[in-house]
Amino acid sequence: MGLAALPIVNDPGLDIPIQELTPERIAEVFNRVVDQETAARFKVYLNTCVHCGLCSDACHWFLSNDRDPRFSPVGKVKQTLWKLIKKRGRVQPAFIKECSRIAHTECNVCRRCSMYCPFGIDIAYLLLTVRRICSELGVVPQFLQDTVNSHAVTLNQMWVKQDEWIDTLQWQEEDARAEVKTGRIPLDKEGADVFYSVIAPEPKILAQLIGNIAQIMAVAKVDWTMPSFDGWDNSNMAMYSGDFEIMGRVERAHHDAALRLKSRRIVMGECGHAFRGAVYDGPKWLGWREPPIPLIHAVEFYHELIFSGRLKISHKFETPVTVQEPCNIIRGRGLGPKLREIIQATCADFREPEPAFEHNYCCGAGGGTINCGPPWKTSRVKGNSVKAEQLAATGAHVIITPCHNCHSGIEDIVGAYKLGMHVKFFSEILMEVMEIPEELKA
Amino acid sequence: MYNFVSGPLVWIAFIIFFAGMIYQFLRMLKSAQKDKVIYPYMSLKYSLRSLFHWIIPFASKNMRARYEVTIVTFIFHLSLILLPIFLAAHVVMFTFSWGPTWSVVSESTATFLTVLVILACLFFLIRRLMLPEIRFVTEPSDYLLLLIAAAPFLSGFIANRQWFDYETVLIIHMISGAIMLMAIPFTRLSHMLFFPFTRAYMGSEFGAVRRAKDW
Repeated sequence: MGLAALPIVNDPGLDIPIQELTPERIAEVFNRVVDQETAARFKVYLNTCVHCGLCSDACHWFLSNDRDPRFSPVGKVKQTLWKLIKKRGRVQPAFIKECSRIAHTECNVCRRCSMYCPFGIDIAYLLLTVRRICSELGVVPQFLQDTVNSHAVTLNQMWVKQDEWIDTLQWQEEDARAEVKTGRIPLDKEGADVFYSVIAPEPKILAQLIGNIAQIMAVAKVDWTMPSFDGWDNSNMAMYSGDFEIMGRVERAHHDAALRLKSRRIVMGECGHAFRGAVYDGPKWLGWREPPIPLIHAVEFYHELIFSGRLKISHKFETPVTVQEPCNIIRGRGLGPKLREIIQATCADFREPEPAFEHNYCCGAGGGTINCGPPWKTSRVKGNSVKAEQLAATGAHVIITPCHNCHSGIEDIVGAYKLGMHVKFFSEILMEVMEIPEELKA
Repeated sequence: MYNFVSGPLVWIAFIIFFAGMIYQFLRMLKSAQKDKVIYPYMSLKYSLRSLFHWIIPFASKNMRARYEVTIVTFIFHLSLILLPIFLAAHVVMFTFSWGPTWSVVSESTATFLTVLVILACLFFLIRRLMLPEIRFVTEPSDYLLLLIAAAPFLSGFIANRQWFDYETVLIIHMISGAIMLMAIPFTRLSHMLFFPFTRAYMGSEFGAVRRAKDW
């Protein structure tokens, strides 16, 4: 084919475990996963695909890498599953490293391609199955595996200890009270209307976001709580590494915490993958058709607060803004219209991206890809030049990004392609434009 | 030879085709039970919504973006299915054996549609050879399947024109038709059977679970 070799990336999470593998061991795991964990979807998808290549144009990796066929969705399936199936899993250990590179680091499982496949084949599901096989073989990029280890030990993604968690909340409560007199973070309050959960990077590195929500809740007079115990972290990297047992434990702990506090509903912070895990990937694995208590994403919650009049907007944000639409709440929950409504309600100059809504490009960071860490950053940023072009074309100065993975991924792209734009969570916009009644001002 | 291919072989081909389709269908239903998510998430409303957007030309974004593929694909599939059913020569043979008859397409229309199918196959072949993203995922079986689909039309066209030895061409035509019928349930041509179901499941997941569009 004459395709130039891709740069070799060293990752101890892949390079060390493959030394212990044998073709027999790989075959055993592959056949176990395929026989016991997959059924109709896996078989029918693989037998129905007519290799037409129409999924290619859906993939930002393919478009950004000069239409290199190795990055097309079906190309990724060919380079992994087709060979595994042909050889019945009896492949060389080095091949498993390739599988992990492709499935963990070069696919965001954003599911845009299943909207381009005429048959509606869920290609992301096929690549998640490859991840599952790699994970069962212990071959997972080191940084990603570290987050899974953290989930396994602490039930949160970033090794946050309980005292640190509580301490951070107290500190943020204090900060919130410096602005809004009634700012509080009620811990373990039973029967609250809202159980608010965040992802572990918030207490770890973005604590002010928790302070912000404390102010928003106080101004909107929301009856809310956060748990002091495990289950406060709604993120789930095990869902993306392929360690579904840990994924199930993490999701169960999150829902259990809300149930234990007898909360009426869960409101999740601005994160896409966490929402996906809590609302369907987790429940699917746990055998629940729906989550046990109502669960909404921050975008829906802010929509409710703004349009019910509980939050008043004092003035509009003037700087031109555009939006990064997180796959897991747009293609994954149809929140595109609501997201626009809250932006229109708070911003004076909104620049629509193209493509938009369900067809918007992935940020290139989601699906656990950014969690594969620094070794893979170069290829990740290179793999999303279409996003940089799309954002630049809007002429906006601020990109509203209601998802943590998107936020970090877009920041990387803004930096690498020198877009000179700023990335903001919606809550940060809200903090600037929300009206704090005089009697609440500290 | 002629008697065999126009008699028993036709029976064999149809029996294998229908039995194979039923077998694959039942196998899919059984396997869907093991795949715990399928039945709980299937929704008739969203299945139909999705199918509706994917069986109408240009009703989905990718069909508009790849308009040339859309046009060729729709002409190809419609002709491929309808032409053999409404071809005068086929209807006459059926009537001769069984009695019932139905309206047929004119010979000139039939010839025109046959040429379209052959040109469509050429289009698919060229696309496969020229576009790197398709060439990359092309296996020998992809060429073989294309040949299996094209052969009955190509040989039918040659027979109709009476080029070469008529009876030999006719035998080749009937054999190639039988091969295609028998291949459908057991190769990727089975998308004829599976397409509505893969689409329906994805439509259900997008509509009912994710509340999003899938076109």
